[in-house]
Amino acid sequence: MTSADFTLVLPEVILAVFAMGALLFGVYGGKDKTAPILTWTTAGLMVALGAWIGLSGEGSGSAFGGMIVNDGFARFAKVTVLLSAAAVILMSESYMERHGLLRFEYPLIIALATVGMMVMVSAADLMTLYMGLELQSLSLYVVASLRRDSVKSTEAGLKYFVLGALSSGLLLYGASLVYGFAGTTLFAGIIEVAGEGEISLGLLFGLVFLITGLAFKVSAVPFHMWTPDVYEGSPTPVTAFFAAAPKMAAMGLLARVLFDAFGGVSAEWSQVLALLSLVSMFLGAIAAIGQRNIKRLMAYSSIAHMGFALMGLAAGTVAGVQAMLIYMVIYVTMNVGTFAFILSMERDGQPVTDIDSLRQFSKTEPLKALAVLVLMFSLAGVPPLVSFFGKFYVLTAAVDAGLAWLAIAGVIASVIGAFYYLRIVYFMYFGDEGEGVQSAMSPVAWVCLMASAGIMVLGVINLFGVGGAAMAAASALVN
Amino acid sequence: MSVADFAFYVFAVTTLAGGLFTVVSRNPVHSVLWLILAFISAAGLFILLGAEFVAMLLVIVYVGAVAVLFLFVVMMLDVDFAELKGEMVQYMPLGLLIGVIILLELGMAIGVWQFADLAPELRQAVAPDPQEVQNTAALGRLIYDDYILLFQLAGLVLLVAMIGAIVLTLRHRPYIKRQDVLAQMYRDPAKALELKDVKPGQGL
Amino acid sequence: METIILFAPLVGAIIAGFGWRLIGDKASQWVTTGLLFLSAALSWIVFLTLDASAPEQIQIMRWIESGTLSTDWAIRMDRLTAIMLIVVTTVSSLVHLYSMGYMAHDENFHEGESYRPRFFAYLSFFTFAMLMLVTSDNLLQMFFGWEGVGVASYLLIGFYYRKPSANAAAMKAFIVNRVGDFGFALGIFGLFWMVDSIRFDDIFAAGPMLAEARINFLWTDWNAANLLAFLLFIGAMGKSAQLFLHTWLPDAMEGPTPVSALIHAATMVTAGVFLVVRMSPLFEYAAEAKMFVVYIGAATAFVAATIGLVQNDIKRVIAYSTMSQLGYMFVAAGVGAYSVAMFHLLTHAFFKALLFLGAGSVITAMHHEQDMRNYGNLRRKIPLTFWAMMIGTLALTGVGIPLTYIGFSGFFSKDAIIESAYAAENGFAFWSLVVAALFTSFYSWRLMFMTFYGEARGDAHAHEHAHERRPVMLIPLGVLAIGAIFSGVVWYNQFFGKIDKVEEFFGIPAHVAAEAAEAGEERAAAPAEGEVALAGPPRGAIFIGPENDVLEAAHEVPKWVKVSPFVAMLAGLFIAWMMYIRRPDLPGRLAAAQRPLYLFLLNKWYFDEIYDAVFVRPARRLGRFLWKKGDGKVIDGTINGIAMGIVPFLTRLAGRAQSGYLFHYAFAMVLGVAVLITWMTIGGGAG
Repeated sequence: MTSADFTLVLPEVILAVFAMGALLFGVYGGKDKTAPILTWTTAGLMVALGAWIGLSGEGSGSAFGGMIVNDGFARFAKVTVLLSAAAVILMSESYMERHGLLRFEYPLIIALATVGMMVMVSAADLMTLYMGLELQSLSLYVVASLRRDSVKSTEAGLKYFVLGALSSGLLLYGASLVYGFAGTTLFAGIIEVAGEGEISLGLLFGLVFLITGLAFKVSAVPFHMWTPDVYEGSPTPVTAFFAAAPKMAAMGLLARVLFDAFGGVSAEWSQVLALLSLVSMFLGAIAAIGQRNIKRLMAYSSIAHMGFALMGLAAGTVAGVQAMLIYMVIYVTMNVGTFAFILSMERDGQPVTDIDSLRQFSKTEPLKALAVLVLMFSLAGVPPLVSFFGKFYVLTAAVDAGLAWLAIAGVIASVIGAFYYLRIVYFMYFGDEGEGVQSAMSPVAWVCLMASAGIMVLGVINLFGVGGAAMAAASALVN
Repeated sequence: MSVADFAFYVFAVTTLAGGLFTVVSRNPVHSVLWLILAFISAAGLFILLGAEFVAMLLVIVYVGAVAVLFLFVVMMLDVDFAELKGEMVQYMPLGLLIGVIILLELGMAIGVWQFADLAPELRQAVAPDPQEVQNTAALGRLIYDDYILLFQLAGLVLLVAMIGAIVLTLRHRPYIKRQDVLAQMYRDPAKALELKDVKPGQGL
Repeated sequence: METIILFAPLVGAIIAGFGWRLIGDKASQWVTTGLLFLSAALSWIVFLTLDASAPEQIQIMRWIESGTLSTDWAIRMDRLTAIMLIVVTTVSSLVHLYSMGYMAHDENFHEGESYRPRFFAYLSFFTFAMLMLVTSDNLLQMFFGWEGVGVASYLLIGFYYRKPSANAAAMKAFIVNRVGDFGFALGIFGLFWMVDSIRFDDIFAAGPMLAEARINFLWTDWNAANLLAFLLFIGAMGKSAQLFLHTWLPDAMEGPTPVSALIHAATMVTAGVFLVVRMSPLFEYAAEAKMFVVYIGAATAFVAATIGLVQNDIKRVIAYSTMSQLGYMFVAAGVGAYSVAMFHLLTHAFFKALLFLGAGSVITAMHHEQDMRNYGNLRRKIPLTFWAMMIGTLALTGVGIPLTYIGFSGFFSKDAIIESAYAAENGFAFWSLVVAALFTSFYSWRLMFMTFYGEARGDAHAHEHAHERRPVMLIPLGVLAIGAIFSGVVWYNQFFGKIDKVEEFFGIPAHVAAEAAEAGEERAAAPAEGEVALAGPPRGAIFIGPENDVLEAAHEVPKWVKVSPFVAMLAGLFIAWMMYIRRPDLPGRLAAAQRPLYLFLLNKWYFDEIYDAVFVRPARRLGRFLWKKGDGKVIDGTINGIAMGIVPFLTRLAGRAQSGYLFHYAFAMVLGVAVLITWMTIGGGAG
């Protein structure tokens, strides 16, 4: 235990200490009245940490006996997580205030969840992995039922909690199998023993259980069942948060485990991931068609998108990881913008989430409708918007890795999926007259929406350099 | 068969039986009691392994705190477990089938189990030699030294759990009258009392 | 400078096409026209200052670099390009100017509709594509220009998009050209396959090699040079409306008249001739293909001329005349007198554009009446147009004094072709051309007599109001008339004079023939591939093979051969005069007496009807079958079945699985785990 160890995890420490300090400040400083200032300072700190991590250093180092690492991959994922978390809590502030949800604990729990996510993507030990995961999950369980007087919200929280516990159980079981085989929980140790010779069935089972535990977090089919219910039941800002940062973190963690600990047996997990990716893409695309609630729809949309990201991982190559990272960044950006809009949907001061209510939206708010159109097209992966390139990278990686069948299936799934995105656009522009929807948007949310839409269009030029950063991150992970 | 072996089998069988009856017993209170039995037997197993500190923790924390808490919760909640179980019966065959399949497969995995060549060595590297270090001290060294990061993270998890519990349950009810001791103590008769001269016979 | 010539029209097209809302109708017309005149002026400078013995290649940019295929955008600046440059830019700029008058008012468009910038943008775009074609230094760039002019032609034929006939004609032109382009594309592929390059230099250098090589194509062994030349010629046939692929050209007259003048008379249709001449180093080694060119050309000249005899639409007469003259050019190119083909291309551009623009002038004067039977006695009403048309007719029919150097431009070039045909000892070609010359003379004078002489027929009102329309339409007529009169006599020597003059003009080294003959013998003795590749491309804009002495022989032909076209011309004039001035009742009686023949000619040899029965209808039936059954039933049916049936079914299924019950969800997860580990157990992992 040296100062060097703590230096490595300084951002996490700062954020955690800040959360605790802010908790004291909130409790003794006026309770919920301090919520706006806490929201802003939390977001500000996250952005600052994100900038710091993004701009600081190269190379990689590990601390605490190799239980946590800080490399290019971790930095990339952390920056994404921090920035998206900051964006989400900022844009949801006015919504929470309007609907009486703005508790001062909310930004703090988000901050602690973010600490958990940062630990997740840095984890280099099964135990660190689990602690980070639980820190994040527990925070999410809490915020999911933040609207405690709503049956749906509490039900969402409870469902998430119970299923999350089950998945944690699976994960732990897998971890114990792996430990039983390898005699160590350090990734560096596991990869040493897992790479040699034929993989034993016990280790294989451990791997599968680990993957299923993590697949729950990225809501890959068939471990996705919580997603629609939780997305729908949670308060919309929380849903927005669910859809962005934790997905990135869980994806990063999955990549981290698979490559750092099981890099030697990529043939095994590659097929598991390919299967999960396949069913996720199709179920996400098909089940979303039946949805009338835009939050549920986004839930299925995120399932389908996770399928695509998993395809990148399934490739098991540097290009695949790079594609996955690019895809996740684009996905997170799109979701921030889309949820900035969903947050603003209301009628007579009550939030609405029915997609029918978007009829003729373009007549009342042409600019916002245009931004949403861009985002929907982007979610569908229509060229020349950025997400088309995200998909393209993933597909290329899959084809190069000999998963052409998966790539073809992905294309078919995205065609099916395009239907419901375009239906929203259809409603906005060509829908019949109906009871409309107002869009009450705070300036921050407006900026998020427009910036996200703008990025979708302008990013085609060079993806704002994300491609290069993702390349560096991917090559840091895959050796 | 030495005494230790005998004790091991007794504790092991008791643990398994306790677990089984926890699941199958009809009365939830009985379930918790079976659970306590399982915990205690597990503690016995730990003692056999020479981990007396963990064994005591198990008894104090799990049996003394957690299980008793469970007991209270179970007694306070009015859950008709029998009804739930009745509903479960219709899923039983399929569930059983899958359970059996998983069991078989896991059995297979354990049947052909083999440790990695490096495994014992790696395992040894972390654990302190029980001959040299006392059990509790070794544990403390591991937790507060080697695994300080995990320990702190666990602390954060608990913090979140605490905040969450408060956020989700604490209600400020302004319309409810509460006793405010300070307010009571600082009450001034001059402010609290008003003396009126009431003329007799006039009423109010 | 060449770059400016090339891109000025494109700039004009872009400005007019996309920017007309900003700069307005008038400005966009002036911009395009002005840029075209700039381009034309520079072209003339280039033409007059060109050093033919040192052809240049100006690279504009690297285009494609893929494996062994490497292509530039480059300008190949030699005599051939220079000739085409002046033809294209001069005619195009004059047509732009003319169009400012012709298109000023158009009843095909509503009042206030802005169609002129579009028209000018198309014209300028066409010019750009045509320049791209003629300046190309490789086949791909040429193909780009080739298709570019096709598109422009399609757009301009269908310019009156409210007329169904115009749309049909546009499609017909495009589709018939597809057939030719298919051959052209095959030729390019074949050349790339054989030579491994599509640069002209490499291909030309490989000519002797190709003459020896063989290609297996359509289960038959072919001589490479012959096959490739033949395939390229198929492309040329489509573009230049040669027999069997000619049916689109008369229909293309649906477009505005300036378009007919520019695209379907002076420039685009001559692209085929240009192609054959440009590929002369290949054709020189392809004797059979050349023979084929001669026969097709001669037959086209003859057939088109016969059809032209009886047409009544003034533009169609000129269109068939164009087709017939293109046949002449191909005969010249086919017998190996490439310079003569270019000569006729040049003179023809002037007098045919003149005729078309004159016809356009007549048509505007007569309120868009195109049927000659409704004309008559117009020479006093529109005297300037009359004189212009007269000059054009004199040039087309080849009036001049035989055996001297006095005459209109057509006199030189056409006679040169006929002499070359005789010199090539091809009786069929020679006699076809002489007879065609007679017919040409007849229908040309018939057009003149019916339009400008005799009694005024048709709508009296139209005749009363007939007058010269606008000066901007007369200036181009004047300029072209000068060209039609003098272009022949001025460049006679360069194109068809003594062989050394021609060689100097085209930049061919004087002794190349002798050298090549020797080299050819050597190669015949030892046909080693490496040697052939090293031989380098022949110098000069055109290549005249060692055995090719047509040019010399053409000067040695008997006197009667030289006089024969003149006699044919006189005979045609006389018959026309007899039938339309002297005895105006004769044509009707003749038509009645020879009714089958008349109908045969009037219906254009029934080409359209035969094609309709043989190609169009079966193709349509096939298309309808594939559309209704293949596309509609099979593909759409499958897609719709999936989209409307299976996907919603799955959606409902997924919705039902999402029951909301926690234990269902947990069960799904456990099931997932069970499936995965079962799979792993059975697959044994490493699968």
